[in-house]
Amino acid sequence: MSDRLIYLDHGATTPVRAEVLEAMLPYFSEKYGNASSIYSIAKESKVAIDKARDKVATSIGAKPKEIYFTSGGTEADNWAIKGVAHQNRDKGRHIITTSIEHHAVLYTCQYLEKEGFNITYLPVDEKGIVSPRQVESAIRDDTVLISVMFANNEIGTIQPIEEIGKIAKEYGVLFHTDAVQAVGNLHIDVEELGVDLLSMSAHKFYGPKGVGALYVRDGIKLGSYLHGGAQERGKRASTENVPGIVGMGTAIEIATSNIDSYNKKLLELREMTIDGVLAKIPHVRLNGDRERRLPGNVNFSFEFIEGESLLLMLDMVGICASSGSACASGSLDPSHVLLAIGLPHELAHGSLRFSFGKDNTKKDAEYLLEVLPDMVERLRQLSPLYTNK
Amino acid sequence: MYSEKVMDHFMHPRNAGEIENADGVGEVGNAQCGDIMKVYLAIEDDIIVDVKFKTFGCAAAIATSSMATELIKGKTIDEALQVTNKAVAEALDGLPAIKMHCSLLAEQAIKAAIEDYLNKKDGQ
Ligand SMILES: Cc1ncc(COP(=O)(O)O)c(C=O)c1O
Ligand SMILES: [Zn+2]
Repeated sequence: MSDRLIYLDHGATTPVRAEVLEAMLPYFSEKYGNASSIYSIAKESKVAIDKARDKVATSIGAKPKEIYFTSGGTEADNWAIKGVAHQNRDKGRHIITTSIEHHAVLYTCQYLEKEGFNITYLPVDEKGIVSPRQVESAIRDDTVLISVMFANNEIGTIQPIEEIGKIAKEYGVLFHTDAVQAVGNLHIDVEELGVDLLSMSAHKFYGPKGVGALYVRDGIKLGSYLHGGAQERGKRASTENVPGIVGMGTAIEIATSNIDSYNKKLLELREMTIDGVLAKIPHVRLNGDRERRLPGNVNFSFEFIEGESLLLMLDMVGICASSGSACASGSLDPSHVLLAIGLPHELAHGSLRFSFGKDNTKKDAEYLLEVLPDMVERLRQLSPLYTNK
Repeated sequence: MYSEKVMDHFMHPRNAGEIENADGVGEVGNAQCGDIMKVYLAIEDDIIVDVKFKTFGCAAAIATSSMATELIKGKTIDEALQVTNKAVAEALDGLPAIKMHCSLLAEQAIKAAIEDYLNKKDGQ
């Protein structure tokens, strides 16, 4: 293995920022009080949670009372979708979503189907963008929720959230967005966007793992799933993860205040990598939209080869990336996102995602571009599909 | 995740390539499931004197292709037919459980190539 470590998988998770870790540490040791108790160290915990809630709210243009802390993006997605569905089951049982959602949304919808809900999974175009017109025409009298992700985790495509928000409002349907990949990367204002519920996860913006939040617009009633104590205003029982929540607050504050310079840096690395791959390697396809994509996201399919083997070769030289191939994920099917944008199976198996982050430099992208062409060629020489040598 | 032997065979595959006018050729798998293997055999007096392969697939598929071709080289076709995916995996110091299905490819491709050889022989 290589001594070098070039981490290009920030879409999977990010390292905790030093300032974030520092803010968290006291809440493991001296400030360990349970926020529900009445003595002073408990009060410190309560104040810390309130401060973090303010920071999360401010960063998306919400009010603090509209923020509920969760155990991550998955719980926020589950809660938003099941919560709206169950709360409104007498009004209607139809939900609209897309075919490229994260499994946290897709499998929740599939679960609701078993409970008798009807789900429309909208297709996307070849760039991975959902059409607001199609959302509009899918709305029925019994539609209770539209759930469309903000930015896709694999191909980085950014969806027309504001337009969909307008449509949802016009028809009086609640609108949820899984913004796990967007928060910390893109400017978000829930008022401007017309979003009613929004999921986020701290570990995607240099916060800790296992903590996230759900924004729920004031006045919307949601079912509860964790019954017990009165935490989170009686909506989600369980003693708060105080260090995690504090870390999330600090992380989101830093991320949103740096967003422009962060974006600029990532964009440069992204464009350099995309241009470099296109220039140096034949038979490749950029997945997703060239412009409307997350600033740090690069996703290519390399014809004639399989993604996991390429990932492993990259790992040998210290580069961390991810793939939509079946073998890389341990399942039998390649990524549903790549199939939804119309890729044939062999191209879906041959996909690789590089996602840049704050500590990456041009040198990292240069190194990737230096080693990648040879690896692709070596695997192609082994491939029975590669006949035009 | 992978043993050192798997990594060695993946990074330095033995017997990669093609044999022109091979006595038996077998191709199994499909792009749908993400693994395809093609085996070429040169056979003299029912002994496999040379073998080459090409594989589209994950590291486990490539390493098992490499190891399986090593195991059958110089063997009779009867001996080669006895080589199972389990034996190949064992020779590689094991494979992760979820990768065992990828190792089936090599066993099947060898069987297909031998069958092709036997069919051709029968046809003569
Ligand atoms: C778009 C999207 N939604 C949801 C999740 C799940 O978030 P978490 O891992 O915090 O549960 C992820 C994380 O990979 C994601 O990328
Ligand atoms: Zn495999």
